[in-house]
Amino acid sequence: MSVIELSHREPPGAARAAMMLQRAHWAAELFARYDIERVRRIVDAVAAAGEAHAERYAEWAVEETGMGVVEHKVLKNVACSRELWDRYRDHDYVSPRILADDKVLELPRPAGVIFALTPTTNPIATVYFKVLLALMTRNAIVVSPHPGAKAVCADAVRVLSDAAVAAGAPDGCIQVVEEPSIPLIEALMTDQTTDVIVATGGNAVVRAAYRSGNPAIGVGPGNVPAFVDATADIAAAARAIVDSKSFDNSILCTNESAIIVEEEVAEQLIRELGRAGAHVCTPEEVERVREHLFPDHRMRLDLIGKSATVLAEEAGLTVPATTRVLVAPFSLVVPEEPLAREKLLPVLGLVRVPNTRAGISAAQAMLRATGAGHSASIHSTRAQTIMEYGAAVKVLRVTVNVGNSLGSAGVLTNLAPTMTIGTGFYGRSSLGENLEPRHLVNWTRVAYNADRSVPFDEFGGMQPWRLETVPTAASSAAPADPAPATPATDVLREEVRRLILEELKELTRQ
Amino acid sequence: MYDYGFFSYESKEDMLERSRAFWNPDKTDFWQDAGIDLVIDRREGYLFWDMAGRRLIDLHLNGGTYNLGHRNPELIATLEQAMQHFDIGNHHFPALARTALAEALVKTASPNMRRVIYGSGGGEAIDIALKTARHTKQRRKIVSIIKSYHGHTGIAVGTGDERFSKLFLSDHPEEFVQVPFNDLNAMEDALRARDVAAVIMETIPATYGFPLPAPGYLQAVKRLCEEYDTLYIADEVQTGLMRTGEMWGISKAGVEPDIMVIGKGITGGMYPIACCVVSEECSAWLKEDGFGHISTGGGAELGCVVSLKVLEICGRPEVRSMVHYIAERFQQGLHQIQEIYPDWFVGIRQDGVVMGLEFNHPVGAKLVMKHLYAHGVWAIFSTLDPRILQFKPGILLGPELVDEILDRTEVAIGKAYAEARSGARAAVTA
Ligand SMILES: Cc1ncc(COP(=O)(O)O)c(C=O)c1O
Repeated sequence: MSVIELSHREPPGAARAAMMLQRAHWAAELFARYDIERVRRIVDAVAAAGEAHAERYAEWAVEETGMGVVEHKVLKNVACSRELWDRYRDHDYVSPRILADDKVLELPRPAGVIFALTPTTNPIATVYFKVLLALMTRNAIVVSPHPGAKAVCADAVRVLSDAAVAAGAPDGCIQVVEEPSIPLIEALMTDQTTDVIVATGGNAVVRAAYRSGNPAIGVGPGNVPAFVDATADIAAAARAIVDSKSFDNSILCTNESAIIVEEEVAEQLIRELGRAGAHVCTPEEVERVREHLFPDHRMRLDLIGKSATVLAEEAGLTVPATTRVLVAPFSLVVPEEPLAREKLLPVLGLVRVPNTRAGISAAQAMLRATGAGHSASIHSTRAQTIMEYGAAVKVLRVTVNVGNSLGSAGVLTNLAPTMTIGTGFYGRSSLGENLEPRHLVNWTRVAYNADRSVPFDEFGGMQPWRLETVPTAASSAAPADPAPATPATDVLREEVRRLILEELKELTRQ
Repeated sequence: MYDYGFFSYESKEDMLERSRAFWNPDKTDFWQDAGIDLVIDRREGYLFWDMAGRRLIDLHLNGGTYNLGHRNPELIATLEQAMQHFDIGNHHFPALARTALAEALVKTASPNMRRVIYGSGGGEAIDIALKTARHTKQRRKIVSIIKSYHGHTGIAVGTGDERFSKLFLSDHPEEFVQVPFNDLNAMEDALRARDVAAVIMETIPATYGFPLPAPGYLQAVKRLCEEYDTLYIADEVQTGLMRTGEMWGISKAGVEPDIMVIGKGITGGMYPIACCVVSEECSAWLKEDGFGHISTGGGAELGCVVSLKVLEICGRPEVRSMVHYIAERFQQGLHQIQEIYPDWFVGIRQDGVVMGLEFNHPVGAKLVMKHLYAHGVWAIFSTLDPRILQFKPGILLGPELVDEILDRTEVAIGKAYAEARSGARAAVTA
């Protein structure tokens, strides 16, 4: 117990964390001189380290957060380490580009220091993803994990950082805030040393990122309608939706929220959903789901990321042990209908519509409630409907005849593979695409006189940067004294709880 | 009118007049004559502003006192908090903050270190070290390095340049032997009679312009001390607290001293104290007569609390990493400048952020100091070797300020060269 009242004017840890940014700044200066071979060696090593620990961290994350499914997290962790790197291995965000015809020389300029916020729902995959993107673009990164997943994230960042430095990355180019708190995060977001904030997480954090005065890439929440029209391959659609909805117990922002189905094929879809492992509730069961899982029209926060069978038990439903998703039919998409909103648990709403036009309207209504700019899915074989749906629903990606959770994230589609889905102007974001490496680097364009008589210069084979010194791992030379432990663990735990609750309330807001 | 709330001056000239009248006429004039019309006003980080409003980057740092920057916000907050509970304490009693700091310091020092004795400034802590050595070995003789500097208090002053001891009739040549730096034969000759209480060494002699110890020199001196039964006192006043990239320069040199003296930066310039860390052997008087050294302000508890924070900050991995980056950037930048003026800027002495720049002119560093000052940088020449400029950047600098320093330095070195070549001595006198 401290006898002295500690009346910090700035949040505890802020000075230390600002020091991390400054260290990152030094690292970034050096990193920006690396050539493509050095960068590839580093990313190679870090991706391999991430993959090697994919299972351990999947287990740890489920244990620490109490959310999700270990096997699915393993898949995501691998997708965000080796598979991500496989996708970008041949990309080059490091070497100059010579556009001889335009007489323009383009020189890549990394952002510098990225301040990255990662969520509790996708803790490790997002850490892996952002760290690899930072490294591919020669940025330093300071990760601030969600307090609900801070232990596993801090460990993962250390492992990635060690792998990077061992492969020749500048000391301090990957760091982690070990004791994140809201005031601390706000202090770091507004710090002048932060070059760009990449915020994935609750709405509160994303808004704060945009208020910071620093460049920010923050993304909004999703609320994914899955429209199944009369022309769809119903059995395939049912399988895709159930697989997608049950993925990681539905804690991704890309998981489907509700099915919109044309009346004509509704009964058939319901049968197929049952075959695919969903339990379609009777009206009486839906009432129990509402009462127990959505009391007062709000999703129960303690059930986030729990499995369908656990939810069924909570609601007092008897379902087969193999049940992966609970489907709850409802009649009208209106803002106060919780079954039409984002649900971070494997309960899927289902609403019937008389025709295609009504289906599109229902999807629009869902996005009016929440999730604008994010994702929608459609199961159809009619191109005209697919195009009209894409043009009508206020989202920036529509996946076709695939499960949306991995579809929008670029795993089952050719969208950029990502853990950060840009929600664009509709979703109050500066980014309308899936976040990918190119978003973290600017280019200096060296442009010559357009007059044909003025020649362009020959830049082939030239290196724009010289790396005078080969970096050494200064910090690993001798271990420093560990920082004094935060005494108020209970206070912190309380704060974590409050933080999670606040964020989730945002989702269930009416 | 310059109104500082607590006092005011009509003008800068008025201030300097009163400084001559009421404080120190010679020192006041010395700087005016050297072209440094500095009266430090506001201070923040590695910057301060002259009364006239000119911004200067501090590369003097009072010898490392402002290692963590002027008015470091973490230290201000620490001191403010400490003042809610503590004052300087009572020097006779077991004291909370003094004990806590002693324990923390012993943990950072070499394994043979046991206890801490406190002074109020570096010189006093050196006096304590020398008194402790004399008590331990029951001998009077102290060996120090020619052109070393350990402070101007009663005993310490005897170890340094006679300019300062003779002035006050305080030279005792029979007790203080001086040998040249990096000369092991001279050191051995001085110790051979086994009548020496201690050898006292700055790990890198600051006021002499940071000549670097030859590889193995400090370790060899330590071995000679053991061979001839004398104590090794490490003066870490300027080389401690991460300035060499390690917490203590002497540990980096691989030497276990018998006594280590710490001052200046340990309180970040907020509430001065100084510390003398001693081994078990050197703790004897603390068991025999603990009142042997008394100092009311020595180890003032407010200073101790600040020092604990300084140690914590210096121990952070971020700091270690940054010192390394800063040192490397300066090394590169200074060598690039040296390539432009190879006949003028003839040497770079560097260990971490402890640096001495050597110029090919008897008072070259005074010229460079003047031009640096004119270009917004304050760095001081070496009193005991005016060819050498002491170049002492802080350990928390960011890349932008380092680059700015290098830009300014390049221009100043060029202008000083031009002045030296044209033979103009301007206001510089040796
Ligand atoms: C190496 C060294 N030792 C001791 C001292 C004396 O410290 P103080 O001025 O606090 O008495 C100094 C001061 O410059 C110093 O540089």
